[in-house]
Amino acid sequence: MTTFLAIIVLVLVAIAIWQMSKIFELSQAHTDNSEVANDKDNKLNGYLMFGFLAAFYIFMIYGVFKWGPLVLGTPASEHGDDYDFLMTMSMVLIFFVQFLTQGLLFFFAYKYKGQKGKKALFYADNDKLEMIWTIIPVITLAGLILYGLFTWTTIMDVNSEDEDPMVIELYAQQFNWKARYAGQDNTLGEANVRLIDIASSNILGINEADPNADDDVIATELHLPVGKKVLFKMRSQDVIHSAYMPHFRAQMNCVPGMITQFSFTPTVTTEEMRADGGIVEKVERINDIRAEKRANGEDADPYEFDYLLLCNKICGQSHYNMQMKIIVESEEDFNAWMKEQKTFAASMGKDDSSNGEMAQSEVFISDDEASIIGVN
Amino acid sequence: MSEHAHHKETFVTKYIFSQDHKMISKQFLITGLLMGIIGIAMSLLFRMQLAWPGESFKIFEVLLGKWAPDGVMDANIYLALVTIHGTIMVFFVLTQGLSGTFSNLLIPLQIGARDMASGFMNMLSYWMFFLSAIIMVGSLFIEAGPAAAGWTIYPPLSALPQAQPGSGLGMTLWLVSMAIFIASSLMGSLNYIVTVLNLRTKGMSMTRLPLTMWALFITAVIGVVSFPVLLSAALLLIMDRSFGTSFFLSDIFIGGEALHYQGGSPVLYEHLFWFLGHPEVYIVLLPALGITSEVIATNSRKPIFGYRAMIASILAIAFLSTIVWGHHMFVSGMNPFLGSVFTFTTLLIAIPSAVKGFNYITTLWKGNLQMNPAMLFSIGMVSTFITGGLTGIILGDSTLDINVHDTYFVVAHFHLVMGISSLYGMFAGIYHWYPKMFGRMMSKNLGYVHFWLTLIAAYGVFFPMHFIGLAGLPRRYYSNSAFPLFDELQDTNVVITIFALLAGFAQLFFLWNFFRSMFYGKKATQNPWKSNTLEWTTPVEHLHGNWPGEIPHVHRWPYDYSKTNEDGEYVIPGQDFVPQTIPLQDGEEEMNH
Ligand code: HEM
Ligand SMILES: [Cu+2]
Ligand SMILES: [Cu+2]
Repeated sequence: MTTFLAIIVLVLVAIAIWQMSKIFELSQAHTDNSEVANDKDNKLNGYLMFGFLAAFYIFMIYGVFKWGPLVLGTPASEHGDDYDFLMTMSMVLIFFVQFLTQGLLFFFAYKYKGQKGKKALFYADNDKLEMIWTIIPVITLAGLILYGLFTWTTIMDVNSEDEDPMVIELYAQQFNWKARYAGQDNTLGEANVRLIDIASSNILGINEADPNADDDVIATELHLPVGKKVLFKMRSQDVIHSAYMPHFRAQMNCVPGMITQFSFTPTVTTEEMRADGGIVEKVERINDIRAEKRANGEDADPYEFDYLLLCNKICGQSHYNMQMKIIVESEEDFNAWMKEQKTFAASMGKDDSSNGEMAQSEVFISDDEASIIGVN
Repeated sequence: MSEHAHHKETFVTKYIFSQDHKMISKQFLITGLLMGIIGIAMSLLFRMQLAWPGESFKIFEVLLGKWAPDGVMDANIYLALVTIHGTIMVFFVLTQGLSGTFSNLLIPLQIGARDMASGFMNMLSYWMFFLSAIIMVGSLFIEAGPAAAGWTIYPPLSALPQAQPGSGLGMTLWLVSMAIFIASSLMGSLNYIVTVLNLRTKGMSMTRLPLTMWALFITAVIGVVSFPVLLSAALLLIMDRSFGTSFFLSDIFIGGEALHYQGGSPVLYEHLFWFLGHPEVYIVLLPALGITSEVIATNSRKPIFGYRAMIASILAIAFLSTIVWGHHMFVSGMNPFLGSVFTFTTLLIAIPSAVKGFNYITTLWKGNLQMNPAMLFSIGMVSTFITGGLTGIILGDSTLDINVHDTYFVVAHFHLVMGISSLYGMFAGIYHWYPKMFGRMMSKNLGYVHFWLTLIAAYGVFFPMHFIGLAGLPRRYYSNSAFPLFDELQDTNVVITIFALLAGFAQLFFLWNFFRSMFYGKKATQNPWKSNTLEWTTPVEHLHGNWPGEIPHVHRWPYDYSKTNEDGEYVIPGQDFVPQTIPLQDGEEEMNH
């Protein structure tokens, strides 16, 4: 790697030096001395245009092979396949147009480099051509828009009744994440940051008087049963954060004062993903790097693949390290894990759901109201 | 008008509080360049941190002082550097540095006017710009550090001093600076609009305007439409910050206590911000497109292809640019239906952009390309405009944006399409009109070195960046080392940073050339590029009032390059261009009328 870099740098420096020697030579040779391009300049830069075009093509193709494997790989959610299909289509289209137009641009720049006495073609207009390059983008884009909008509507249609998604709250704060499961009743207890009571460890501001809250479960790892649709309700207590789950092709901002939502169905368990060909290679590459780091005395434990929830909206000093592990597992494993978790009622030390009186009831936004705010 | 008042000029009225548009244009340019030096230097610092996270650098210690204890950059100052870099590059360099310079220089000269409609307002516009620049730079030196919430300064992060150190006095100064900046920009824009509409010389109909004029004129219109909205967003944010209102804030618990704010919405702020923020992209881009149109036509010795289609595209882009802002908010929590609408309008804007791209390429076809540095940068501009524009098709598609929003894919996209393209446009403008501004020529050979190094380095920086974005790397991360998943991106980050350092190095050739040529450059001739437009009919030595005698009249459009009569002879024998001041010859038909 370092040698590769060294080579790049050397090549570039060489180009610079070669250019500068050219300068020297030119400034000696030509007589007009006017700082306006002459035939020699046109020729030199024309050839450089051609050279650049070739280098640019090579660079782009090399880039796709060199950096292409860095991308995320197999999607882990139901809509992920649609997403990746649309992405691949768009990328292919883009690369095609990119190669075509850059080719024309730099080739023309080379081909028509100026020469004293040459006559340019006076060619000011052609309605037919203008039509062609209006209509072709129109048709292509119409296709992309239609397909994109269709996918978008499907992904964002979080409220489809028939699937009865499992409700989970994602709760963001500087600089960590919590997940709150809705429990047996699949209904989250009401909550508002004004109810946060650090002393009694009601850290999410859940209304203790709401019976729906009793069976809620708060966790610092996000466990998801495979094949079950999940409806995330996002909340933030301080600044805007963004719940970014790249392997699931999922992202939604968490905005203080409102509840936002996103839903998807995880389709690949963590175990299965660890065995995925692309991921196996990726993990190997990463572990090679980490082994090298260890050899240099840095602490870098061997890496094992896990899904992640990252913060993707600038939120302050530790924005770069605001993460939560996601574990997708079989339904049995999920249930077993869930059993071990304390319910909210248990963690608050109350056993029956009827105690406690309603306090400050005006400040709650009920879940339903809030989600209306959220979608509008 | 021809008898222009010859009042006595002192040093102060000539060089400092000048009301002459040519001097004001130079003031804008030099201020913009100085800001650019600061902005780009910052990007090099934080790029070094990204390539070698946590490494100790002497230069950090020297430049950042207490924010880089033992030469290791602090996370808060990283965010501050990114924020001020973005703010400076977008607003100070590519808005006022670019528009301010070329609108001032070119509008009166290219439409045939003695000066701007209001010289005084013009002067005020510059001095408010200067003041805002001083405040922005000054905010770097305060105790808690400058604003650090990203150039978009979303509340609550920007509203609450508890949220990060930069949201204290630093953010106040940022807001004050921007409010003054907006006032400056509005004064400038109003002046440009009035001047173009009212002060065109005889014969200069709107369809005989050079495309630079169209671009600068429409840019000013977009600015007047959208900057006031940013001003109101800034004012409301100031109210929330200082007077306890709740426009953008609600239900917040921070620093161990619940705050009183209730009922506001950060999403409202996002709408207001992007209502300017997206048009801003075109405020930055259109002047560059206008400049390249002019430079490409002149140096191809051909008319710009599809003059009317180019104007129509500018108008379409201007209109559409005001109704696409929501593409920055697909995952903000706004109604998904709105997302669909914004996807639709956004992808529409690709159409006029495509038309422009193809028209540029066709203009080169069968030309007689004069490879002056301005021409090279214009070709480079078309190249980066296409490369960056194409990825817009992905980001504008709400579905695809879900997973690439706020990643380095976005950083790569907007740098190419807006940052680098406009910067190239600005360089093209400087190389092309330097003789007009300073009466001397810049060295072409240094220009060539500058261009080729910059072209290679800029692609070296921003092309690989797409891939680390597709790998899921979020932007505005101080370091990627918190995620083993991103370990394999480190090599690429090093490559990017090396290219960035090279790009920064390449700019030294430009700076040297720019400042040296002011004093030691070759004396310019009146029309060095053999151009048709009016500015080249003014004398090399600047005159107050621009033309010594009467203002010339205009008889044709500006693109009669290589035009021939029936016999295949040039219209003016022995000369492949016909300036706008030359009346139509016998039997000659005017284009586009
Ligand atoms: C040598 C040239 C440049 C380099 C290496 C560079 C690099 C970068 C990088 C890496 C970021 C992202 C940092 C992050 O998100 O953590 C960034 C942000 C940004 N840059 Fe540049 N940049 C350069 C020139 C420009 C130019 C010419 C513009 C003009 C538009 C510009 C505008 C911005 C903006 C608006 C941001 C976003 C700031 C934010 O996230 O708040 N940059 N730059
Ligand atoms: Cu965060
Ligand atoms: Cu936009």
